[in-house]
Amino acid sequence: MNKPTTSIPPASTYFMTEGREREEQHTLAVVVDNEPGVLARIIGLFSARGYNIEQLTVSETEHEKGISRITIVCRGTPRVLNQIRAQLSRLIPVHSVEDLTLKGDPIERELALVKVVGEGEKRVEALRLADAFRARVVDAHTGSFVFEITGKSRKVDQFIELMKPLGLIEVVRTGIAAVSRGPEPLRTQ
Amino acid sequence: MTNKAEPEMMTGAEIVLRALKDQGVTDIFGYPGGAVLPIYDELFQQDELKHILVRHEQGAVHAAEGYARSSGRVGVALVTSGPGATNTITGITDALMDSIPIVVITGQVPTTLIGTDAFQECDTVGITRPATKHNYLVKDVNDLARILHEAFYVATHGRPGPVVVDIPKDVQFATGPYVPPENVQHRTYHPQTKGDRKAIEEALELIASARRPIFYTGGGVINSGRKAVEALRALVKDTGFPITSTLMGLGSFPASDDQWLGMLGMHGTYEANLAMHGCDVMIAVGARFDDRITGRLDAFSPGSKKIHIDIDPASINKVVPVDVGILGDCGEVLEEMLRIWHEKKLKERIDQQALKNWWEQINLWRARDCLAYAKRSDAIMPQYAIERLWALTHELDPIITTDVGQHQMWTAQYFRFDEPNRLMTSGGLGTMGYGLPAALGAKAANPDKQVICISGDGSIQMNIQELSTAIQHDLPVKVFLLNNNYLGMVRQWQELLHGNRLSESYVEAQPDFVALAEAYHWKGMHVTRPDELDDAIREMLAHDGPVFMNVQVIHQANCFPMIPAGQAHNEMLLGEEVKSAEEAGV
Repeated sequence: MNKPTTSIPPASTYFMTEGREREEQHTLAVVVDNEPGVLARIIGLFSARGYNIEQLTVSETEHEKGISRITIVCRGTPRVLNQIRAQLSRLIPVHSVEDLTLKGDPIERELALVKVVGEGEKRVEALRLADAFRARVVDAHTGSFVFEITGKSRKVDQFIELMKPLGLIEVVRTGIAAVSRGPEPLRTQ
Repeated sequence: MTNKAEPEMMTGAEIVLRALKDQGVTDIFGYPGGAVLPIYDELFQQDELKHILVRHEQGAVHAAEGYARSSGRVGVALVTSGPGATNTITGITDALMDSIPIVVITGQVPTTLIGTDAFQECDTVGITRPATKHNYLVKDVNDLARILHEAFYVATHGRPGPVVVDIPKDVQFATGPYVPPENVQHRTYHPQTKGDRKAIEEALELIASARRPIFYTGGGVINSGRKAVEALRALVKDTGFPITSTLMGLGSFPASDDQWLGMLGMHGTYEANLAMHGCDVMIAVGARFDDRITGRLDAFSPGSKKIHIDIDPASINKVVPVDVGILGDCGEVLEEMLRIWHEKKLKERIDQQALKNWWEQINLWRARDCLAYAKRSDAIMPQYAIERLWALTHELDPIITTDVGQHQMWTAQYFRFDEPNRLMTSGGLGTMGYGLPAALGAKAANPDKQVICISGDGSIQMNIQELSTAIQHDLPVKVFLLNNNYLGMVRQWQELLHGNRLSESYVEAQPDFVALAEAYHWKGMHVTRPDELDDAIREMLAHDGPVFMNVQVIHQANCFPMIPAGQAHNEMLLGEEVKSAEEAGV
């Protein structure tokens, strides 16, 4: 009864095409009014439009003016990245959006706290490697260390990889803070 | 007497009404409930603001949209917390998609109860965040006046849109200072309205050297206001170029003009779509390359240089990469373009021979008469019904609202709009149930105009309850129902795209629409024969009160032309009555 009566294959009423552009990773600096819900607006924009966030760091930067700076690391094709900048810039509480990657190789730093448990040779090796990476010991017990490491994300990745066989049990990372090189400040309007 | 240093003190509810009046609001559409009672109490004690009581909060928002679109002013809706707020979501999203400036004021449970799952509590700002241009929860009465003025500013500046202001009940009772609108300046939001001079000159350079040009215009021209419409018309006339519009842009250029090619897109005319496909310079103004417009993207107007004027930075290069993007208000940019156009005498540089050839080509496409349909004497064709409605009403310069589906597309094709702000229709969201409440809003803003809602038997039954609002508030609109017993557009897609398997698109049990209308104290009419139609339309227009006219049309008419799935502008399906290429001499 309800079987197809013609040979017309079902088709869509939407036009579907696949993108083939290469994706890039960019770091954006977004200056916003520090008002309730502003972070939800930014995150909601990314999820609603299907954009990818790799990292997100938020903190108030000018208390008197009530201004926060958000650093977003996101991936997408050049056109999607262009859309992300435009969509962010039209949110009402957003002062400015700057693509630091477009401006040139920005300085990016991340902090991680790494807890390593172990004894004997492994403990010595962890300490030796920490020294080589300029990680500081911020907590020490007879059977454990907590290291604080700062640097580019790749350096933090490497350090964590090396700690894995040496008793790594816990990691926490801040996400990056990024700033452009040279004398110019960030445009805020 | 108010002193600048000493702001006037009043309750939150008084602040709301005072702010609305200072913003020039005259009518609001709403529905009372527990969390907005203080505001309703203030409404009761004054005469300046007129409140129109709808029968469902969705109707309030669509009415506010109809009010805004027909008048160019901000539409305002007032509803209670919880279900009052959630019922507005469809209307708010509709306004977001179609860039309509409205302010929706929602009541909220007292601040002390927020987060406790109180009676009729919902996270209104959370739920409406992705549905609005911006929204606010007012936690302190001291911020209330500023936020309300900001809401109007945000709704109307840049790309217009809906703004929600959620006001807890204790804030409505609390006493705070009133700040007038002129003392409120937005901290961050200052959209660019003036176009970049270099980009404008680059665009004019392209326009002057075009051989096969076309203007493609959208709702942004109408939203920008009269000066944008005037500048567009002047530029189109002076260049002699063809022009097509989106559904949202109908009326910005007169449909009766020879340079007008009709609407473009999925159900656009043959000539408009082929001209878009074959042009060498496209001038997009306040239009956003919607998927109903472009068809298959990789085959969209492949050989053209594209100019795009838009107020929204995110609309430029969103889906179609353009050669010259001009960020700014359509009106300001077009006026500037026109000024430089005359100043540099660019008209003299147009290759008139090439333009003439282009028009000859377009006229060959036109000769196929893509909107032709089979006339019948035994039953009413839906296209015929719209044509007759236009013929018998256009001298009255009526306001038309529609619902969503085949009747909407037939209205866009066969009702010829010569002026902006005359067609109110749900374009972006495609909201069935929009037409009737929008007509009531348009009538409230334009009491002296004939307002007609063209609807279908599916759509009208979403928000049919608003028939009652029309009587209570003396809003004598007309409903012109094209009744084919089907969800016609769904049925058409099923026929063309799903092997004619008509899954759940036949409406078997229908109300007796005449009796239904009469139960609501409307005049009900029923027409089935083409030779009765003209007299029935005249009778409908002559009647003083609201009229519901059920026009029985043939069951299975299809809306053509149509660009089917995955096809480009030059691959349209045409109706059987359309002349073949040979007959048209193409």
